[in-house]
Amino acid sequence: MAAVDVEAAVKELRNTYSSGKTKSYEWRISQLEALLKIVTHHENEIVEAVHSDLCKPQTETSFQEIFSVASSCKLALKELRRWMKPQKVKTGMLTFPSSGEIVPEPLGVVLVISTWNYPFLIAVDPVIGAIAAGNAVVLKPSEVAPATSALLSKLLGEYLDTSAVKVIEGAVRETTELLAQKWDKIMYTGNGRVARIVLAAAAKHLTPVILELGGKCPAVVDANINLKVTARRIISGKWGCNNGQTCISPDYILTTKEYAPKVVDALAAELEKFYGKDPLGSNDLSRIVNIHHFDRLEKLMDDEKVSGKIVHGGQRDKTNLKIAPTILLDVEEDSLIMNEEIFGPLLPIVTVNKIEDSFGAINAKGKPLAAYLFTNDKTLKEEFVRSVSAGAIAINETALHFMEVGLPFGGVGESGMGSYHGKFSFDAFSHKKAVLRRGFGGEVSARYPPYAPWKLQLLKALVKGNIIEILRALLGW
Amino acid sequence: MAAGVETVAEELRAAYGGGKTRDLEWRVSQLKALLKIINLHENEIVEALRSDLNKPEYEAFVHEIAGASSACKLALKELRRWTMPEKVKTTMTTYPSSAHIVSEPLGVVLVISTWNYPFILSIEPIIGAISAGNAVVLKPSEVSPATSAVLSKLLGEYMDTSAVRVVEGSVPETTVLLEQKWDKIFYTGNSKVGRIVLAAAAKHLTPVVLELGGKSPVVVDSNIDLKVSPLIYQKLRNNPRILYFIYFVFCFFLKVAARRIISGKWGCNNGQTCVSPDYVITTKEYASKLVDAFACEMENFYGKDPLQSNDLSSVVNSRHFDRLINLLDDEKVSGKIVLGGQRDKTKLKIAPSIILNPSEDSLIMNEEIFGPLLPIITVDKIEDCIGIITSKEKPLAAYLFSNNEKLKNDFISNVSSGGMVINDTTLHLAEASLPFGGVGESGMGSYHGKFSFDAFSHKKAVLKRGFNGDVSVRYPPYTNGKLNFVKAMLSGNILRIIRALFGW
Repeated sequence: MAAVDVEAAVKELRNTYSSGKTKSYEWRISQLEALLKIVTHHENEIVEAVHSDLCKPQTETSFQEIFSVASSCKLALKELRRWMKPQKVKTGMLTFPSSGEIVPEPLGVVLVISTWNYPFLIAVDPVIGAIAAGNAVVLKPSEVAPATSALLSKLLGEYLDTSAVKVIEGAVRETTELLAQKWDKIMYTGNGRVARIVLAAAAKHLTPVILELGGKCPAVVDANINLKVTARRIISGKWGCNNGQTCISPDYILTTKEYAPKVVDALAAELEKFYGKDPLGSNDLSRIVNIHHFDRLEKLMDDEKVSGKIVHGGQRDKTNLKIAPTILLDVEEDSLIMNEEIFGPLLPIVTVNKIEDSFGAINAKGKPLAAYLFTNDKTLKEEFVRSVSAGAIAINETALHFMEVGLPFGGVGESGMGSYHGKFSFDAFSHKKAVLRRGFGGEVSARYPPYAPWKLQLLKALVKGNIIEILRALLGW
Repeated sequence: MAAGVETVAEELRAAYGGGKTRDLEWRVSQLKALLKIINLHENEIVEALRSDLNKPEYEAFVHEIAGASSACKLALKELRRWTMPEKVKTTMTTYPSSAHIVSEPLGVVLVISTWNYPFILSIEPIIGAISAGNAVVLKPSEVSPATSAVLSKLLGEYMDTSAVRVVEGSVPETTVLLEQKWDKIFYTGNSKVGRIVLAAAAKHLTPVVLELGGKSPVVVDSNIDLKVSPLIYQKLRNNPRILYFIYFVFCFFLKVAARRIISGKWGCNNGQTCVSPDYVITTKEYASKLVDAFACEMENFYGKDPLQSNDLSSVVNSRHFDRLINLLDDEKVSGKIVLGGQRDKTKLKIAPSIILNPSEDSLIMNEEIFGPLLPIITVDKIEDCIGIITSKEKPLAAYLFSNNEKLKNDFISNVSSGGMVINDTTLHLAEASLPFGGVGESGMGSYHGKFSFDAFSHKKAVLKRGFNGDVSVRYPPYTNGKLNFVKAMLSGNILRIIRALFGW
């Protein structure tokens, strides 16, 4: 796509936005209903496309992507009027008499740059927020998931108001052209390297940005827990989420030296129940998205510092881009696998002497998007929540917090900035304008020059709230 | 450059890592120390403000000292409540579970302050940073050197300098600071440097609050005055007492509007304020009445020779003085001065000046004035003001004086600005329950009151579950039966659930 198309597209959106159409409640509802129609009538096509891009099992696509989008739509449809209402605030003495409110308003024309691992969900969910907040929006789906990208372009092009909602497909060139335009907000989901490029481009226009990145999400496993349920929940959050290619998948495990073998056994047992004796043949696992990531993951596994530490799995099938669920025990801190986000079906286990030592190990790394702890120890839970900084924390669970719309979903530090989901999506694409209303009463001449000493005295007394001083000032003593 | 500037972020990181800034006791102790500074050193601060800006003592007290003091007191009063986790209702998808949003500090933060309210614009962000549990470096503005020195001295004496540091200096020091890794940067100033700050922050993925400026418009609607038909007016003329009353009422609202505009402009550091009314929009027919009202109140406030008044700040330095004179002497403008225009270069003073109908392409209508010059532009219908304002960049504030409910609603719905006031100017800054910040070119993020605490916090989502309530349908192998059941459960439809359970 030539540069002029991108510019023209953005110009069109700006004109549409200026006309005021996207601000109306009716327009927003119509677009949200159209999105809901897409997920209801085209579920099979979406499942097909995602399967084509990622070999993602239908259950995962239906539950994690389609269901999530449908719920987001329904929530927005149900709550929009309430979200759009100005929030009244109590005003104080200094502005008396007055009334105050915080009025949400759209930012204008926004850009959503999506990614490949949940190519439907991560494209549409932010668009729901942008539309609910009254903005015009451009969606740039990921070229690494081309079938879904094409489907999004087709379906959104058919069902939505294309004068205000556009899908622009493409790769680096198109993204660069998009980033050169002026946006009122940019939302980017992806990795830290490209995030820095997005921020630098946004800086030129003072554009605020939401970054949904990743990190090494740790899962700490304490003793004295229900190990079977723990194992199932870890497997579900790891291999049950796009075969580990998920920003909030447990990246690595921390447990005590003595408990580690039990954890390995439990994981191995449940893995076999889930995926059978030959996981490369299971239909319930996504494949690795492409050869680039396959090679990257193979390198992590074959790194001489870790290749001898594989205690489960390790099988691979390059033609079908499959790697079996693989567990590594006692990996060294300076191995490759412990120094980049894995984003794949490899799970290293790091062992510590005391479980509390794991907290320091986690805090020594960049802040992850999520951190998990499996324990029945109340003190340990409290300490974990208090001292581990992450986008989110889940106790005795992995990844499920993603589905809780009352919770903001976002990172901190290297894992991102800003958040969304539920009302947080609406807020993410809104400006909260402070509005103070006054009448013409309540005039106090002490407010105005000339600044006679009695005026200053009175104001000092008012600020102190001391009645006697106020009287003295008023009487001129 | 002073020793240690290159490594200050690292040093404070070590202090933060020790955990002390997270303790409520530490935060309270630091806030109390700030309050002590404000209470015990008020005179020094007022003196420094006079030295830097010739700011009248009244303004120094009301805008800066009192403002900082109330912000401290509010934080001390509310801190415990602000730090409490917020409970969140959970839904079917995670049942059984409990959820909270926990506020936690970001870590080590940088506050870059500015020169026009050099005390409060340094202290208020610090109050936010400390109450949220961060370690903080303050870089005060070198354009207000006396206040910068006082801040350095007093914070150095009273605060825990292992975690709260002042770094004085100018461009070299700021550049060195911006190269370091911060967990948040809070910048108040102009959009040119705002872009530099954002670009530096991008390298470390550092989130930023920008408090910038813009051309904040004031719209004055003629309907604030009561209108009386000429016939009735003639009848009433015969009764002087009633006539005087009507005259008083006629002029009352306009008088109040004029006073409030003057107060927000020249009464706020002589127009050198990010939320000062920058320019006025009114109707062609009302303009002369408005100018008369301004002239009348201006004389009440500042006397016949405002250059002699002690109640006006000076222009901060000769660079800004020359910049403002340039705006005033611009040939597209100089013939349109209807009030003021006097200047005294030795004292860096410019009299309150009003310019009527400068051309749209004059300099004064194309940059933030930030000084004692007030252009008035006129329109045919007052509603035209909305189109004019929205054709410019989004300002930090927008003001409307009107009694017309429809105009007020249209204004609020269609004009985007950081904040807005109806029938007054700048007062929204005094309201701690309102977020103070910009949008678009006027900034990003906000603060004041609890918003300051939030600005320097990470809101961490926490989901807690037990080991019960584990449902095997969630797990592979994925059968159709499981898929149907999960869909049914989530739809909440009882019939569907039963059907799925029975495999129908």
